[in-house]
Amino acid sequence: MLADYGLLALFIIVAILFATMLPLVALALRLAGIGAKRKPNPHKDTTYECGVQPVGKAWVQFNFRYYFYALVFVVLDVLTIFLYPWATDVKGLAEFGLAAVAVFVAIVCTAYVYAWRKGLLEWK
Amino acid sequence: MSLDVAFWILAALCVGTALAVIFAKDIFHAALFLIVCFFGVAGIYVTLNADFLAAVQVLVYIGAVSVLLIFGIMLTRDPSKGSPAGKLRLPAIVVALALMGVMIGSMITFDWQTTADTSKMVSTEEIAGLLFDENGYVMTFEIAGLMLLAAIVGAIVLVRKE
Repeated sequence: MLADYGLLALFIIVAILFATMLPLVALALRLAGIGAKRKPNPHKDTTYECGVQPVGKAWVQFNFRYYFYALVFVVLDVLTIFLYPWATDVKGLAEFGLAAVAVFVAIVCTAYVYAWRKGLLEWK
Repeated sequence: MSLDVAFWILAALCVGTALAVIFAKDIFHAALFLIVCFFGVAGIYVTLNADFLAAVQVLVYIGAVSVLLIFGIMLTRDPSKGSPAGKLRLPAIVVALALMGVMIGSMITFDWQTTADTSKMVSTEEIAGLLFDENGYVMTFEIAGLMLLAAIVGAIVLVRKE
């Protein structure tokens, strides 16, 4: 049963290795830190030693307009979910399946056309 | 046998990351742990031969819900403070433990119907056969499209109001 998902099992192994690597890397850095000589100076401690001076905090409140794009993406994602079972058996589902999917995609695309016509896909 | 091993690895992953979500100090780290937890659940679906459900889990939960979550954190004013429990810490613990007790109790006492047959190897094509059939759920499928349309139009209305 699991053999059917051999590739997935490979990913799981990679994930496990990845998980064990994280503490190992942390340990290696800690060991290196013990032996290192420390000579702090204000220039060296900046975020980008040879770059632009960072301004303000990294945690800023983002414009809520971005959320619209997130919602649009979620809808596209759900659309994909419905296309996936159809794609597994396109031939078997024949013309009726194609028509059903075409109607479905047309309905969802209406929303995108509406958003486009309202100028919401442009950044103001 | 190997399926059992896979299940226990995934179960440990799920429980471990779920605990990490609760105990992570940084709310952004909590969100990342939640994504790993979703991956573990997807893996459990695979071991149960629910391949379509696993695909939905990866696409919708890992792809979309996590994006919404991270966007929600980005839009929050002071996310670095996380969510301080405050006065409600103790009541929250009591309610959560009570809910956990009820859920575990009902799961243990419920008379689950089991069958000797193992589930179908590939469920996605079966689902497709039901979803895109004249006598199946094709109407429901199109109505789901209308629901997605309503979701985007609703989002447009919200954004345009400013």
